[in-house]
Amino acid sequence: MASKIHETPMLDELENGPWPSFVSGIKRLRDDHPDERIRQVTNSLLGQLEHSYETRKGYWKGGTVSVFGYGGGIIPRFSEVGDAFPESKEFHTLRVQPTPGNYYTTDMMRKLADSWEKHGSGLQTFHGQTGNIMFIGTTTEGTQHFFDEINEYGWDLGGAGPCVRTGMSCVGSARCEQSCVNEHATHLHLLNNFTDDVHRPALPYKFKFKVSGCPNDCQNAIERSDFAIIGTWRDHKKVDQDAWKAFVKEKGRQHVIDNVITRCVSNSLALADDDSLIADDSKCVRSMHCMNVVPKAISPGDDRGVTILVGGKRTLKIGDLMGTVVIPFMKLDTEEDYEKIVELAEEIIDFWAENGLEHERCGEMIERIGLVNFLEGIGVDVDPHMISHPRQSSYVRMDGWDEEAEKWYQRKQEEKAAAS
Amino acid sequence: MAEMREPIESGCPDGFQYMHPTMRRNFGQWAYHEDPQPGVLLHHAKSGEKLWTVKVGTQRILDVFSLRTLCDIGDKYADGYIRFTLRSNIEYVVDDEAKVQPLIEAVEEAGFVVGGTRNSVTSLSHTQGWLHCDIPGTDASGVVKSMMDELIGEFKAWNMPNRVHITTSCCQINCGGQGDIAINVQHTKPPKINHDLVANVCERPSVVARCPVAAIRPALVDGKPSLEVDEKKCICCGACFPPCPPMQINDAEHSKLAIWIGGNHSNARGKPTFQKLVASGIPNNPPRWPEATAIVKRILDAYKEGAKDWERINEWVERIGWPRFFEVTGLPFTKYHIDNWRGARNSLNASTHIRF
Ligand code: SF4
Ligand code: SF4
Repeated sequence: MASKIHETPMLDELENGPWPSFVSGIKRLRDDHPDERIRQVTNSLLGQLEHSYETRKGYWKGGTVSVFGYGGGIIPRFSEVGDAFPESKEFHTLRVQPTPGNYYTTDMMRKLADSWEKHGSGLQTFHGQTGNIMFIGTTTEGTQHFFDEINEYGWDLGGAGPCVRTGMSCVGSARCEQSCVNEHATHLHLLNNFTDDVHRPALPYKFKFKVSGCPNDCQNAIERSDFAIIGTWRDHKKVDQDAWKAFVKEKGRQHVIDNVITRCVSNSLALADDDSLIADDSKCVRSMHCMNVVPKAISPGDDRGVTILVGGKRTLKIGDLMGTVVIPFMKLDTEEDYEKIVELAEEIIDFWAENGLEHERCGEMIERIGLVNFLEGIGVDVDPHMISHPRQSSYVRMDGWDEEAEKWYQRKQEEKAAAS
Repeated sequence: MAEMREPIESGCPDGFQYMHPTMRRNFGQWAYHEDPQPGVLLHHAKSGEKLWTVKVGTQRILDVFSLRTLCDIGDKYADGYIRFTLRSNIEYVVDDEAKVQPLIEAVEEAGFVVGGTRNSVTSLSHTQGWLHCDIPGTDASGVVKSMMDELIGEFKAWNMPNRVHITTSCCQINCGGQGDIAINVQHTKPPKINHDLVANVCERPSVVARCPVAAIRPALVDGKPSLEVDEKKCICCGACFPPCPPMQINDAEHSKLAIWIGGNHSNARGKPTFQKLVASGIPNNPPRWPEATAIVKRILDAYKEGAKDWERINEWVERIGWPRFFEVTGLPFTKYHIDNWRGARNSLNASTHIRF
């Protein structure tokens, strides 16, 4: 090797211990990779990282790098200590959109690894916190070459900057009995309707879709996405009494009472004298506990669909916000249903693009203008499922009361007519 | 210069082409699952078909050699399919029970770790840190590696009352997200401003707008347009740093770590909850961050000891109450635990409900 190997006494400490070591991995690239370019880049990277460990500071700065035709998808990194560590002085990451649910064949993984080795550092993460495959570390030129190559066999960049971001979905229907929705189709319909908004950042700030197949919300959608789609059902959950009784027999009544019956937050369960399960579904809030404990005996009902919550995000700028229920229930079976959810997303993004301030997430805008203004802006009727409780403050002007009450009665009547 | 190639805007790819055939055949038709042993799931389809999943923890920042090793294992022992979870665990799936043990042995032989299912401590979700981020106060991969070295036994076993999700974040934007336990950077001093650079590098109005407490104002410093921070108002959040790197918030000494608990994204039992501050002032101490790990272990021990089955950390604390939490963990309760942000009064006790 031409340049000398940087000493890394602090990082070396991270090669000890039983958990797999990323330092050992980077060192393997430095020591054993056949391509001299990769050996040098990773040596330089380790040198800079060691410098960070010694001084307890980061040395990357952003910049502007994109591939031809797109405005986003690359995280540019230029070193502030590039003189000392020149081979990794440009070290950009490409964000690449995985499939919903993150599936790969080993053949495809190898193909991606081969391409990345040709153009980049040989380091990658499946996946970053934004849901993207992160191909970590290449030059501006390498960015374009790598993208051109993998784009030819089916991969496209994800979002970075103020744009629609890469979506995330749980394993769901592919392997999970709790799934109430086709996460895959939902994710693809939504994301691929906004491809232009993914690639060309022009929104107030980021906008994220996440799909979880049931209220267990394995994708953290309520907390971490602007548009959370959560599978649910509205008829009775299904109880296989034979399987249930077998469970009671195996575990004993006391265990079942302590771990299932009394742990239902809606108090809707009881254990009958003959060990069967009494479930009062009028009280059930779909809080999943019983079916998480006894999946063999209890499962979601058949009338399935989704609940949509809007406006979740983390701390910046006004503090953490959970999503708020905007659509308590909608079916998601037919092409028409999918069109409806895409239209809703378009309405929301358009309204926010128009009314959001720079760097203001959708949830922060809702906080600023109030839920009602938001709902009126996107054409969704108010619904008591959207609130924990009605207003507590009397400081509000209510001279439109009669009209609003009339709207409610009318809606109720229409619902009744539609149902009969 | 060569002709530039037009991108194919294919967007998000369809996953069916990469899904194990048993998953494809039984899509949306799963009946229930069992947990035969730590790290292994067994799903039964309504068709009667079965699918075993082996969950594997890795170093997350993967080099191509490790990636190829994982592919080799996938080819030889696991039908050639790989899936990743939200927390970067790998899931191999096989359609035959006989394939499970050889697969586990191959994974462990290669130095990876099987576990992370059910009531275990699963892999930490984390961010980029010093390796790649432009604003980090610490390293993420190093913190995680150090912690998982100590928690590996909990990854491989089912000792916890319920699952434990731990996250780390290297700045207060908290890309790591909510966690049952979150280890996050907490700055304690206002940014140090390099006034020579501000005018060239920063869009001053948008930096002013970024501050959550309106502590920044435009100013002339030595005749140059720059920015000024009202240090009394500043909450040291670092929000001004990404749009304006000359406002250096990271400080080797004063950027500390804080620990938050009880973030729970699930709607299982209670509604989702945000994490709450429990400890701060923890030194940012590479390469092994022993002080942070010690506190995490202390919290985990108390949780393991005190919680009922199925209680997540937030549910356990809610049941025993916060005073008891500070008692059993021995962590100090300070004025900093009392919130004063918007809506903070909702977090105060407005009742006589007190546990003595
Ligand atoms: S969110 Fe629900 S459906 Fe999706 S993987 Fe988790 S438990 Fe299964
Ligand atoms: S650190 Fe935060 S509070 Fe302080 S000036 Fe910067 S943005 Fe404002």
